Amino acid sequence: MEAVVSVKNFRKVYGDFTAVNDISFEVEPGEIFGLLGPNGAGKTSTLECLEGIRRPDGGSLQLLGIDPSREPGKLNSLIGVQLQTSGLPGNMTVEEAMRFFCAYHRVEPRYDLIDRLELGEKRKSQYHQLSTGQQRRLALALAIAHQPQLVILDEPTAGLDVGSRARLHELMQELKSAGTSILLATHDMAEAEKMTDRVAILLRGQVVATGTPRELTATGSGYTKVSVRTENDMLHHNGHIFPGVSQQILKEEYAIYFSKDPGPTVSAVLAYIQNKNDHLIDLRVERPSLEERFLEITENGGAQ
Amino acid sequence: MIAFRNHFAYEFKTGLRNSTSLLMNYLFPLGFYAMMGAVMVKINPGFGAVLAPAMILVAVMASTLLGQPGPLVEARDAGIFRSFKINGVPAISILAIPMLTTVFHALIASTIIALTAAPIFDGAAPQNWAMFALLTLVTTLSFGSIGALIGVISNGVRSTVLWSQLIFLPSMLLGGMMMPLDMLPESVRSFSGLLPTTYAMQAFSGLAFNQTTIFNPVVSALVLAGTGLMAFALAVNLFNWDSKNSTHRGHPAMAALVFVPLILGILFA
Repeated sequence: MEAVVSVKNFRKVYGDFTAVNDISFEVEPGEIFGLLGPNGAGKTSTLECLEGIRRPDGGSLQLLGIDPSREPGKLNSLIGVQLQTSGLPGNMTVEEAMRFFCAYHRVEPRYDLIDRLELGEKRKSQYHQLSTGQQRRLALALAIAHQPQLVILDEPTAGLDVGSRARLHELMQELKSAGTSILLATHDMAEAEKMTDRVAILLRGQVVATGTPRELTATGSGYTKVSVRTENDMLHHNGHIFPGVSQQILKEEYAIYFSKDPGPTVSAVLAYIQNKNDHLIDLRVERPSLEERFLEITENGGAQ
Repeated sequence: MIAFRNHFAYEFKTGLRNSTSLLMNYLFPLGFYAMMGAVMVKINPGFGAVLAPAMILVAVMASTLLGQPGPLVEARDAGIFRSFKINGVPAISILAIPMLTTVFHALIASTIIALTAAPIFDGAAPQNWAMFALLTLVTTLSFGSIGALIGVISNGVRSTVLWSQLIFLPSMLLGGMMMPLDMLPESVRSFSGLLPTTYAMQAFSGLAFNQTTIFNPVVSALVLAGTGLMAFALAVNLFNWDSKNSTHRGHPAMAALVFVPLILGILFA
């Protein structure tokens, strides 16, 4: 199946500064693709060129088979965009905004989305009277009101409280289930790990890693974190090394082991606790998170 | 058509909701008109002959030059046009609809002035009401276009004030509104020819009030309309979606071309 988004050898330059240098990635139909990276990595430049707001300085960009820099008008009804700085006129009401943009997309206003995104009570409120979270939810409602095939979300959960964030994630899953592809730029690694099918990590304008969150975490140092807390803290006085463990630390009441082979490590730790007549209170086995992998990559300057 | 209607309705309401726009569209021009009508006509009865067109021009300039450009610049700088662009709002709508709604507000204020100047303040009534209405429309559209051009070329709200005042203040003093053009020295009168207000006043006086004029009133009306068309064409050509985007469609200095019809006016009117 043809990719929904195809970025090949894309470059973007501002004067002497190369913001994006020769990056390539594809978004498949119906997937949530995460574009991750620290500030200044080139995420927003990439998105803005894909949205047709800026012109690329090299390479090719295609959205649903359309070049956004050549035929931006054709894309308007096919894509929905939530900008990072979602500018709406300050005195435009929520209801007016919905009517305004739906009219330009030639669809009926989707007031149901206003209710769905918990803005029903704010229908008559002007944009400047909304909280950051409400403004972001409105921007999302406007981005999906015309039922686009591809939704581009730039930091959609920034400034949202936990509840709003969860409901937004729910909505993203629903969009995905309905076959909508989503390109998600985010700083939030937990969000990327939870929501995306695949990610690309951008660093200083280059793609330094791509794959599913699971693949990326697996290609890192590969250590599994085994955290153990016991009643008598016998592990705190333990001098010997358990099998598979390359590093161990004590943190608060926990003994933490970084193991390449967590099975034998856990067995040995449990046996040790039993031998010492200590009692297990808590045992956690955690594979490295995407955030840890992301930090590992960024701290190594992109070397994997 | 639905999009146009919604956009127009929103922009029209903005002219009333936004306190600055409300001030410039109605409060300032109508307040100024009431003051000038009550005081100036008594001090200088000759002022009654130009009360209606002069105060209409104040109303038009206040809404189009002082009120219209600022929100345009603020919207561009706040990234609102970017949102509009990705949602398919065409550039021409972004320029034309706020201009048309400003024109609409200016026409309401102008109608109030036109209908009350004679009965309340003993101002002269137009001899040719149809021509008066047509000239009011041409004047508001032309100044609306100039307001749009100022909004497009200004790199900040402060610049809009500078450009607007560069036209507004000389227009008030030298455009034939406060003192007749024939009272001005010849050298200053040439400068007056660079002000669209001069042509508007000459056209109103000659075509709607059947008064004698220094400039040919028909040519003056054409110069005014030409200036408006030139200003709108330049505004569309120089329009930028985004203040952070360095891809300019044309150099702002091109806006100086708006003076071409006015220079032709000095030569031929």
